[in-house]
Amino acid sequence: MSPTQWDFPVELCCRPMAFVTLTGLDVVYNAVHRAVWDAFCANRRADRVPISFKVLPGDHEYPKCRPKRTSYEWYIPKGILKTGWMNKHLNLVPALVVVFYELDWDEPQWKEKQSECATRVEIVRQSLQGRNTKVAVVLIQKKTPLPPGEDVIASERAAALCNACELSGKSLFVLPHTDHLVGYIIRLENAFYEHAQTYYYTEIRRVKSHKEFLNKTTHQLLFVRHQFKIGFFSELKQDTQNALKNYRTAYNLVHELRAHETNILEIKTMAGFINYKICRLCFQHNTPLDAIAQFRKHIDLCKKKIGSAELSFEHAAWMSKQFQAFGDLFDEAIKLGLTAIQTQNPGFYYQQAAYYAQERKQLAKTLCNHEASVMYPNPDPLETQTGVLDFYGQRSWRQGILSFDLSDPEKEKVGILAIQLKERNVVHSEVILSLLSNAVAQFKKYKCPRMKSHLMVQMGEEYYYAKDYTKALKLLDYVMCDYRSEGWWTLLTSILTTALKCSYLMAQLKDYVTYSLELLGRASTLKDDQKSRIEKNLINVLMNESPDPEPDCDILAVKTAQKLWADRISLAGSNIFTIGVQDFVPFVQCKAKFHAPSFHVDVPVQFDIYLKADCPHPIRFSKLCVSFNNQEYNQFCVIEEASKANEVLENLTQGKMCLVPGKTRKLLFKFVAKTEDVGKKIEITSVDLALGNETGRCVVLNWQGGGGDAASSQEALQAARSFKRRPKLPDNEVHWDSIIIQASTMIISRVPNISVHLQHEPPALTNEMYCLVVTVQSHEKTQIRDVKLTAGLKPGQDANLTQKTHVTLHGTELCDESYPALLTDIPVGDLHPGEQLEKMLYVRCGTVGSRMFLVYVSYLINTTVEEKEIVCKCHKDETVTIETVFPFDVAVKFVSTKFEHLERVYADIPFLLMTDLLSASPWALTIVSSELQLAPSMTTVDQLESQVDNGEKFMKLPSKNVCLVYVIAWTSAMENIPVITTVITLPHVIVENIPLHVNADLPSFGRVRESLPVKYHLQNKTDLVQDVEISVEPSDAFMFSGLKQIRLRILPGTEQEMLYNFYPLMAGYQQLPSLNINLLRFPNFTNQLLRRFIPTSIFVKVNCPSGMLLTCQKFYN
Amino acid sequence: MAICIPVITKENYPLYICSIPTENELKFQYMVHTSLDVVDEKISSMGKALVNQRELYLGLLYPTEDYKVLQGYATISKVKFFMVVNSSNTALQDNEIHRMFWKLHNSYIDVMCNPFCNSRDFDNMVMYIMIQVC
Repeated sequence: MSPTQWDFPVELCCRPMAFVTLTGLDVVYNAVHRAVWDAFCANRRADRVPISFKVLPGDHEYPKCRPKRTSYEWYIPKGILKTGWMNKHLNLVPALVVVFYELDWDEPQWKEKQSECATRVEIVRQSLQGRNTKVAVVLIQKKTPLPPGEDVIASERAAALCNACELSGKSLFVLPHTDHLVGYIIRLENAFYEHAQTYYYTEIRRVKSHKEFLNKTTHQLLFVRHQFKIGFFSELKQDTQNALKNYRTAYNLVHELRAHETNILEIKTMAGFINYKICRLCFQHNTPLDAIAQFRKHIDLCKKKIGSAELSFEHAAWMSKQFQAFGDLFDEAIKLGLTAIQTQNPGFYYQQAAYYAQERKQLAKTLCNHEASVMYPNPDPLETQTGVLDFYGQRSWRQGILSFDLSDPEKEKVGILAIQLKERNVVHSEVILSLLSNAVAQFKKYKCPRMKSHLMVQMGEEYYYAKDYTKALKLLDYVMCDYRSEGWWTLLTSILTTALKCSYLMAQLKDYVTYSLELLGRASTLKDDQKSRIEKNLINVLMNESPDPEPDCDILAVKTAQKLWADRISLAGSNIFTIGVQDFVPFVQCKAKFHAPSFHVDVPVQFDIYLKADCPHPIRFSKLCVSFNNQEYNQFCVIEEASKANEVLENLTQGKMCLVPGKTRKLLFKFVAKTEDVGKKIEITSVDLALGNETGRCVVLNWQGGGGDAASSQEALQAARSFKRRPKLPDNEVHWDSIIIQASTMIISRVPNISVHLQHEPPALTNEMYCLVVTVQSHEKTQIRDVKLTAGLKPGQDANLTQKTHVTLHGTELCDESYPALLTDIPVGDLHPGEQLEKMLYVRCGTVGSRMFLVYVSYLINTTVEEKEIVCKCHKDETVTIETVFPFDVAVKFVSTKFEHLERVYADIPFLLMTDLLSASPWALTIVSSELQLAPSMTTVDQLESQVDNGEKFMKLPSKNVCLVYVIAWTSAMENIPVITTVITLPHVIVENIPLHVNADLPSFGRVRESLPVKYHLQNKTDLVQDVEISVEPSDAFMFSGLKQIRLRILPGTEQEMLYNFYPLMAGYQQLPSLNINLLRFPNFTNQLLRRFIPTSIFVKVNCPSGMLLTCQKFYN
Repeated sequence: MAICIPVITKENYPLYICSIPTENELKFQYMVHTSLDVVDEKISSMGKALVNQRELYLGLLYPTEDYKVLQGYATISKVKFFMVVNSSNTALQDNEIHRMFWKLHNSYIDVMCNPFCNSRDFDNMVMYIMIQVC
């Protein structure tokens, strides 16, 4: 029995192709024949017909055909399928024998050649006596043949040759040896293929014809055999649909066979073969679901057919093979384009195959544990005469015996023993590992990371059983982190236990320690007795002694390991191992916590290291050191205890170096921060805890940052979610879960002990030099040095504010754009305790609005912390918000010379401008002067001077839309303050042109019965000649002389005077005779407009002594 | 009979595992752990939009060849329940398992949110289901 006994035969697994033999070709010495043969066998791609060719000599002996059975009545088959049958039809019995013969149509010695060819054909026929194999003749010719029908000799001789060789015309071919050899060959092989198909068709018919002679009682095996043969011939015929149909029937028939312990192996073997064929064809037909369904059915039917209990490992091996073969088929189909999914991929079949391989190993272990003295039986019962079995799946010592009763129980026993002893030599681990690694590759492809991990664990365990501890450890170590990160502690513990065994057996010190640390930790689900055993071992290792062997290890391996461990002790070299804990869950937990998120530089920085051990017994550590991002602090944070190696076990429960299981140990550290680190972060980069002694072996656990290992984050999450009430603990103890890691702290400057006071009187006025008085008083106990002041606009506000704000220390002069918005580091000097200093600050704000001002005072002071003298830099800042307002409200009015309000002014006509200034400041303001800046197009009628008391101005505007600017110079009531000028832009005024301007010259009053001369000046303001109609309405109070009604023309730019002599008749305020002017060209020019320019009434005095006045007034009243 | 009933959190670590002590618990854990591959894939393939309408019952997870059948159920908050059932038990209907999961889910919600429920109630429910599902 070979180890590959369970492998399917090659002839079963290959794709059956029509078998055609070529004779008469001398491929060794004849170049032409060689070329022909090469053309047949080279480049057999998928587009060529499926034929397998073989070159044989013309006198080759084909397998003899057994004489035809005329009756099946007395025939009893000895098995289902002969082992040689498939190979016979694939490689030995051809469907077609082709005789190659060199013969041209114009051959001079035609007769001789013809008879030689006929002889050759006859020899082949003789050898194939009784078979239906076809024979064909191919004439190799040197000349290119003429088109059919044209060569008369050729057709004649062809007919004669066919006759001589007893061939049909369809079986004679001509192969001209010319340039187009491959083309001719392809045509030839297509013709061969047809012949072959006919042959297989007849074979199928022949097998089918046997059926009617069979009966169900004695020929059950033949039913299966024939059905299988039909299926196989159909496959050779490339009729896969029918092949599948027949195989399915054969499969059903195989399960109808009466099964017994003696023939179960044969039935299973055949069922496996047929199932393989069916699945293969289903995948080929692209119906993978059918294949899967067939396979499941097959497994369901067969998995209970174990057979002999003593050989049950054979069943497991067979099952394993079934799954593996299906996995291979599935995988092959995928390579040809089938798509598999996560839950249905070849990986599952390989996995199951591996599972059965494991089972086989287990069964073999229990069934084949014979004593060493048991000898392999002689003569070998597994040996057969031919070296092979006659039928598939039969026992070599009782071939062809169909009886269910064991004729020779002794022989049977010897046979079983032989098989069992053979099985003992099988390297099961190799089989299992190759199946597992196949499965791993598949699951990797189909997104099953966890399945992959699981299989890798199995591989690791298998390597462990196979004693390949290095590989086992490598695999286990690789997958451990997956289970750790997902928190599957039970699984992790199981993996770790195996890994610990491996590391023990190899005496891998560091691995051994690492796995022990984790198995003692909280992630381990081991029982306490196991844990204490491991802890004892760990302590032994730390004391440079050998640990006790792990349980359930191979005795021989343990012996080797003990030797290795003994060597380790004597070996010099580094015995210090640093183990980073962030990747696993050790039995010591660590958390670092600064007391505060920030510390003042004059206060010592304090933090606690919390340690907790989860192991069953107290453990002592030898050293604890903390590292910081600034390494200068490291030296202050070390705890070390000089203890001898043998003290590790003593005084266990005492001292701060001892960790009691389940109790939280708090260690306080304290150091003084450097003044350079003010404003910086101090971070704990790592915490190192040394177990054991440097003279013996020492393990340094290294926590990155402020502690925490692979499981911490998950635990924190769990603790946050849980609302379980925690039991009360004594005051000096804390709950581990409630400790929150704080691995960094800020160093901030010392708290200043000075007061900064700001004095000012809001609001500030625009452009004013606003005074801010800063008072700094020291409350320090010692002198403070190097006091510096930074003051001004607080940075970070609107950028426009920075440009419109200027700060200076000198208030006597106005500051301009060049002054900064913030004055920095103004040295102020030193201050003695209690001393106070005052600084004036002037701010000029160019725009209104609120601004934030900052006053920042810094100084140096010497101080002592923990008996260490340090120089601290302190600072204090104050901010203040100042509102800036406009100093005045200015109102402007335009009035006519008659003090009438003007909506608009007229070109060249004087008007009055009246300004009202209203102070918006809460403080008294002194207006030094005011000035009206005129546009160039404007002239004053009288002198413009600074008019502080009344703001009336006469002016004339010649053109339209004029901008006026009013400038006020002012100062606040305070002294020594420069004069500030404020420029106010006055509102726009609309200037209009009028066509005619009229003004009147008349005295300020008249007297009754005294002549009152009035002169009207009419000015044409246009460029046109104006037609003017003038009339004067009579009035009761006046008589007058002059033109009462006139029509005249006024030339452009000229003036017409109209003189009237009024003669008042009555005293008092009298209406003048109204002057009506009508401009023919400007109908809009109305008298209403006119009335604005000329007086409409006049006061008339009584022309009598003053005593008369009363009378007159009475009279008028 | 249900052989093993585990509850797995959103982060895929085991929250609760109850199995018949005579059986190989390690094997169940591996089985449940590996089936998380399928659960993850099923949940993620359904997409976010469908979370609210999606069927909580995930059905049969792995085509196991041996005698155990693994059924899965995932809540909206991605807490997963599993049930390892003996496959020889063909009488067990899908909707019956569905109902059991629903009961389990309710009991889980109670023990999580209801201050008058404690974990013993959940234990009892699990035991009840283990006996019922047979």
